[in-house]
Order: sequence, then structure tokens, then C-alpha cells
Amino acid sequence: MINNIGLGEGSQTVSLVVLTAMLIASAMGVVLLQNIVYAAFLLGATFISVAGLYVLLNADFVAAAQVLIYVGAVNILILFAIMLVNKRQDYQDVKYGALRSVVTGVVCLGLFALLGVTVTSTNWAIAPSIAKLPSTMVVIGQHFFSDYLLPFELASVLLLVALIGAIVLARRELVPEPVQVGQAPSEDTLELLEKPKEQLVASK
Amino acid sequence: MSLEPFLIIAAALFCIGIYGLITSRNAVRVLMSVELMLNAVNINLMAFSNYLDSASIRGQVFTIFVISIAAAEAAVGLAIVLSIYRSRDTVDMEQFNLLRW
Repeated sequence: MINNIGLGEGSQTVSLVVLTAMLIASAMGVVLLQNIVYAAFLLGATFISVAGLYVLLNADFVAAAQVLIYVGAVNILILFAIMLVNKRQDYQDVKYGALRSVVTGVVCLGLFALLGVTVTSTNWAIAPSIAKLPSTMVVIGQHFFSDYLLPFELASVLLLVALIGAIVLARRELVPEPVQVGQAPSEDTLELLEKPKEQLVASK
Repeated sequence: MSLEPFLIIAAALFCIGIYGLITSRNAVRVLMSVELMLNAVNINLMAFSNYLDSASIRGQVFTIFVISIAAAEAAVGLAIVLSIYRSRDTVDMEQFNLLRW
């Protein structure tokens, strides 16, 4: 079956294999690598391979949105967060740390096996042919402004709420500086004075 | 090409996300695992949209909603991590027990 962007069957299969290898390898790197900065960059590689899968699924607009929003915004945000909380510390061992990881791995493999059996044993009602749309963007826009208008507007309100909430949560409380007339600015005036933070110690 | 390979890939990505979500000690890595799981769900939606509903691509509309919600979630989550880091001076998940007891 020829893809809407004109790829033949063989090249689609090759692209799928290459993208899957990239996706799984970089996702494993995100989870398993010790260095969190490498993990963040591999997260970007994961998002780009997912965008490639979207192109294989005839979704050019969503692939572009994926690259713009995930790689361009979310990944950069995560990198900034890593830089802001960059504290090199050795985590103290918890009880049964290795056992926990092993049990989690077994549970995840079991879940994967369950999902795989479900996927392969279900008789999916696949459409006989894939419709050739003039442009996915036009169809998506028509959905947004007709039958999905309310969720679309709610999403904009939610983004505004999240924006304000993130600002409120991450804002530092600054001490207002006393203004003194006729005094040369000292070195300290260039610093932002922060309220002394009260340290919440672990209560255990 | 058929539907099943995409669903298997999405399942694998979801399981990797769950593993990272449970075993990570760093709070930022937990957020990255959540993003991986959301991407797995998106692959599922897109695969169904292409193979089961290719005339009116509703799955792509849902994927765009999920992407916007995920962006909002990442912003708020990282703000929370930053605020916890200021008050506790650590990003270790094992030491975040403010709301536990």
C-alpha cells in the first residue's frame, strides 16, 4: 500500500525498522543513563523518532507540531530545569533498592507481554483502503471549529491557567529593597535579595 | 504495513515509561518518563486514526489535544520540582514525603 507521501512498501518497512530502533534505544537511554543531561538530549531524539512515525502514518501536520512543541518547547524546558536544579549528589541507598528495580522490570515486561498478546490476537476492523485526503490540516481545522469547538476553547483556557500556575509556583519571593537617596550604589545592589528560605527537613 | 507494529512499538514505549516512572530517583527524570508515556499514547491514537478512521482523522485531533495538555503538564510539573528543590534542597524522590504522613 503506497503511503500518502509516495513511499513504497519496502522503503516504509525500512523506515519503520530504523525509526523503531532509534525510538527504543533512545527511550532506554532516557530511563537508564546516569547522566541526566544525556537523558534529556536522548529524550529529544525520542520525540524526533516519534515524529518520523507520524509521517509514516500520513500525519504531516501533527509531525510538525510534535517537533515544534515537544523538541522545541518541552525538551528545552526540561533542559532549563536540569540546569536550575543541577546538584551533583549521591543518592543514599534505600532498602531493597535492587530488588525494587528487578520487580518493576518484571512487572513492566509482563505488561508488555500482555499488551502484545492483546494486540496480536485482536481482530481489528481495519478499513480496506486508506483515504487520500487533500490536506490533513484542513480536516483537522474543520474538526476544531465544528464538533471539537468546546474542547478546543477549554484547551486554551487550560493553557492560560497552567501558564499562570507555573509562574506562581516558580516565583521567588523577593525582599523589597530600601531606597536610599544620595548614596552610591554598592556592589550588593546588583544582587536580587531573596527571602531566607525556611528549610523543611524530612520528618522521619 | 499494518496496524500491529505501531501498537507493539507504543506498548514498548509505554512500558519503558512506566519503568522509568517507578525506578527514577531524580524528579526531573520522572517527568521525562511521563512524557514518554504520553508519546506512547499518541502513537496509539495516530495508528488507529490512520488505519481505522482515515477519512475523518479524529485521532489526530485528539493527539493535538494531548500534546497541548502535555506541554501544560511539563510546565507546571517543572515549576513544582523547582519549588520543592528550593525548600528541600534536593531532587531525590525518596525524600519527598511532605504529603505522605
